[in-house]
Amino acid sequence: MMKINETKSIQIKGINEGLLITFEDGDWKDLEKELLTILEEKANFFQGAQIALDVGNHVLRAADLGMLRDRFSDKGITIWAVLGSSPSTEMNAQMLGMATRLSAPAPERKIHSISTENIPGEEAIFIHRTLRSGFKVDYDGHVIVLGDVNPGAEINASGSVIVWGRVKGSILAGVPENHGASVCALELAPTLLRIAGVSYVPAKRKGKNQPEMAKVEDGQVVVENWKIKS
Amino acid sequence: MTARVVTFSSGKGGVGKTTTTANLAVALASTNQRVVCIDGDIGLRNLDVVMGLENRIVYDLVDVIEGRCRVRQAMIRDKRYENLFLIPAAQTRDKTAVSPSDMVRLCNELRPEFDWILIDSPAGIERGFRNAIAPADIVVVVTNPEVSALRDADRIIGLVEAEEKGPARLVINRLNAAMVKRGEMLDTNDVLELLAIELLGIVPEDEQVIISTNRGQPVALDDKSKAGKAFQNIARRLNGEDVPYLPLDGGNNFFNKIGKMFKPGGN
Repeated sequence: MMKINETKSIQIKGINEGLLITFEDGDWKDLEKELLTILEEKANFFQGAQIALDVGNHVLRAADLGMLRDRFSDKGITIWAVLGSSPSTEMNAQMLGMATRLSAPAPERKIHSISTENIPGEEAIFIHRTLRSGFKVDYDGHVIVLGDVNPGAEINASGSVIVWGRVKGSILAGVPENHGASVCALELAPTLLRIAGVSYVPAKRKGKNQPEMAKVEDGQVVVENWKIKS
Repeated sequence: MTARVVTFSSGKGGVGKTTTTANLAVALASTNQRVVCIDGDIGLRNLDVVMGLENRIVYDLVDVIEGRCRVRQAMIRDKRYENLFLIPAAQTRDKTAVSPSDMVRLCNELRPEFDWILIDSPAGIERGFRNAIAPADIVVVVTNPEVSALRDADRIIGLVEAEEKGPARLVINRLNAAMVKRGEMLDTNDVLELLAIELLGIVPEDEQVIISTNRGQPVALDDKSKAGKAFQNIARRLNGEDVPYLPLDGGNNFFNKIGKMFKPGGN
């Protein structure tokens, strides 16, 4: 956590929910004046901020809180929470529609999407249908199928193949020699499975079908049950 | 009222497209609906034989398409139902004599006068099949519970989807309950799991079908035949009725399912 401002009696620091302003004990009128001075001086810094006030033992009336809220909102700043040990402060804050706990979700809190620009992506094709007999997918990249791969259907990919469904047709992954390619499916019962030119000979299946992943290890295609690693 | 065009297709030959077409035509006609069947298998016609109308053919489908006669002249009225007609295929020509747009035009001409237009598609996925599905509102895929027929049915379903004819519906023909019970035949669940389309009906294997086909009297006329009953039910489902599936002494009953659970290798 970074500290942004430090005076004797008012501390401002950045928290997950925005900015937290903490007040020391003392005369509230002085603190209030000091806070408003900081606000005037650093209005630009506060611009658009979501602020939580930790007023400690101070007892704030609804009028005090309302005034602060208005002054801050004039500068485009939202006071979304007021923390305090006095029940009447909490009650007054709640009456004004403010939160009294930090864990509560901040109103209008922005959800930041993960920037995809920094994740190195690879070419993939998404197929939202069952591949029926006679259907062939040829793709230079990864192939993702939401549906089954029926007998007589064929996928030919230079990358990996993920099937959210049953694989009963033919899959050639890692064509021609991408040994890092894998094939994942909810049920893996292919007519033909080849990764990087290495053929997989399906073993006699026993027990329940479950999600499996096939990859090349030591020049052989190995099929493992898909386990969620905790 | 405009007719609905239903095309029966399968990919593989010999699964019972023609039998299904003839029987559903009779079953629909028996409920006083106006039905016309079109034999799409030009060069290998046989729907007329199954319907027992072989000796009444004067004009055929190609004659209509090529303008040698009017549609009315080529339509053969059924012996039993005066509201049932057949447009036979030409025996001496091949599939290229007709184009998909010819079929669309022909069906549009017939639509106002009928409730149902049933088209018997030839086997295969070439021109004849394209002709047959071009005008279809509903495509019914007929299959047998065998791996080879399923493979072709799957291909047909994919092609029908690609033609944007909506989801095809399935008739499983010649299901042998005793064989399913012994685990020697794929059961309904296996078929539906693979093909994943709506089931329109299951027709049990029935020797009566062969007898009635030879006689040119569709089995759907016979209330005592199990297959006939199944075809009648399919016709009712086409009409939008909710008809329960016939018990098949196997396939779906409780003990069978338990038995399957203990079978090595699952299903």
